[in-house]
Amino acid sequence: MTELVLPTSAAASNEAAEKKPATASRRRNGLAYWQAAPMAFVFLVFLVVPLVLTVVVSFWQYNEYEIIPAFTLQNYADVFEGCLSLSEPCTTVRTYLSTLKFCLLAWLFTLGIGFTVAYFLAFQIRSRTTQMVLFLICTIPFWTSNVIRMISWMPLLGRNGLVNETLQRMGLISKPIEGLLYSDFSVVLACVHLYTVFMIVPIFNSMARIDRSLIEAAYDAGATGWQTLRNVVIPLCKPGIAIGSIFVITLVMGDFVTVGVMGGQQIASVGKVIQVQMSYLQFPMAAANAVVLLGAVMLMILALGRVIDLRKEL
Amino acid sequence: MNVELIRLTKRYGETTAVDAIDLKVPSGAYCCLLGPSGCGKTTTLRMIGGHETVTGGEVVIGPRAVGNAPPAARGTAMMFQSYALFPHLNCRDNVAFSLKMRGLPKAERHARASQMLDLVQMGHLAERLPAQLSGGQQQRVALARALVTGPKVLLLDEPLSALDPFLRVKVRAELKRIQAELGLTFIHVTHSQEEAMALSDLVVVMNGGRIEQAADPRSVFEKPATGFVARFIGGHNVIRLPGSEIAVRADRMRLGSEAGPEAVPARVVSVEYQGTSVHVGLAPERTDDGAGPLTAIIADEAFALRPLALGDAIAVGWDATAAHRLHG
Repeated sequence: MTELVLPTSAAASNEAAEKKPATASRRRNGLAYWQAAPMAFVFLVFLVVPLVLTVVVSFWQYNEYEIIPAFTLQNYADVFEGCLSLSEPCTTVRTYLSTLKFCLLAWLFTLGIGFTVAYFLAFQIRSRTTQMVLFLICTIPFWTSNVIRMISWMPLLGRNGLVNETLQRMGLISKPIEGLLYSDFSVVLACVHLYTVFMIVPIFNSMARIDRSLIEAAYDAGATGWQTLRNVVIPLCKPGIAIGSIFVITLVMGDFVTVGVMGGQQIASVGKVIQVQMSYLQFPMAAANAVVLLGAVMLMILALGRVIDLRKEL
Repeated sequence: MNVELIRLTKRYGETTAVDAIDLKVPSGAYCCLLGPSGCGKTTTLRMIGGHETVTGGEVVIGPRAVGNAPPAARGTAMMFQSYALFPHLNCRDNVAFSLKMRGLPKAERHARASQMLDLVQMGHLAERLPAQLSGGQQQRVALARALVTGPKVLLLDEPLSALDPFLRVKVRAELKRIQAELGLTFIHVTHSQEEAMALSDLVVVMNGGRIEQAADPRSVFEKPATGFVARFIGGHNVIRLPGSEIAVRADRMRLGSEAGPEAVPARVVSVEYQGTSVHVGLAPERTDDGAGPLTAIIADEAFALRPLALGDAIAVGWDATAAHRLHG
């Protein structure tokens, strides 16, 4: 990035030196602020303000019919109520464990599938055109809404759905498999279906930037296919893997629709808890939960940052 | 180890990149494959190195035909045009890469990598990442990486083309030194005749997938086999005579009173001062017999005694002894 910026700024400063140096550079600085302004404005309005409001509201009091703008820590105390006893985990801990389980499973599968698909696109397809066509095909499911994509699993996975019927007709099973739908399995399946593309895109992007002669150099050095994958391709894909992982982790951690629909409204998740509290108008309570969730996700991303130094890699 | 190519052919669909070439490179020779882009020289190199499948013919390295063996099994190592250093590994790990692939313990591969880095005078920068090195330094690391497994044949794909002219001359000398020191067979692809002349024991001039001439640099320059070779290596005038074609070295052209009996009238169209000599471009007055532009190289003192200016008319000829007959 800096290398790209340097020549232009050098050229600009040369230009500035010809005119009155001080005013020109001040004008340039002013221009840079204006150029950054729209993005900063979007950030402010759509990220900073709602976040600050959430944090503020999480410290407010409430009763059945109103929110009282007065400071209290009660909401947080309620979130962690009974969590100090180790023998019997509290609701919050159990909810987080369940959400983390979905998160981990979805992450593992999206990473596995995403990496494989990206690898196939980047290294097995020679022609750029075919690459782009196949890449676009990967995004076709996104032409419909999340909910439709989820609901479309139901005729397949239901008790008398396509999968069970087919297996029965083939004589492989005598009675329908329970738990294809409205189970952990269907939640993970839907998450993987919905979010794999968020893995494919950044990993493919990293892979497309790998110089093909590096692969040849590895082959020349006697590396087998697996050795090349482990020692060259994966290290160079780390930024893509990290970005994809952040996408998937944040999406699954905050998810309540998929868990709700695919879990038959029976499975707990942090997002679901917040949504339920919102529907009972317990906004301060929901806000406190949201702040805790935000903290948890931030910690996960920080941990990921420990493994991969994103700032260095980009 | 000596390298032999027997009717080596590479076809991509309908197009023939390398057309049944035969070549013998003796052990310990510095061989340059020289030619314009698209002449098949890089494809030939890649087939020797096992990076390109062979359509027909054989590559023989040392005592045996290598068939489709992978590079590591051939005893060859390749230095890539863009160096292809692994950007995520420091110099030492880049050099030690192939040792790691062979499962050598860390201490041993680091020791051998350091030794190789010292050979190319890069030992002090072993911890740096490739992005933190200059082009010349990257090139040396790439050389160390290629040499670390002790290959018998080193293949270099335009190794100097990314360097600036001053560095190119310096690194060229270093390549030659290392080749002589290690006694390896080097096969070096280049499109620069100057580079080929300076480095090689054996110059292989290629054109259109075929070898035009393979000989030591002096023979190539003194006795170019074809008009293409004479034109490509430069410093020659290719002159069509009735029934034959000859090449005359530009510095053996004679002007004015020395021009001799076969002299033709010509006009000066360019004068380029080169320091030790002056290149004079000449256009023959009569072009109906297909005579093209000629170049005469005149020593600077001789030119100073009898200067020429653009548009001057002068007779041009050559020593009969300097004329070399071309085939085809």
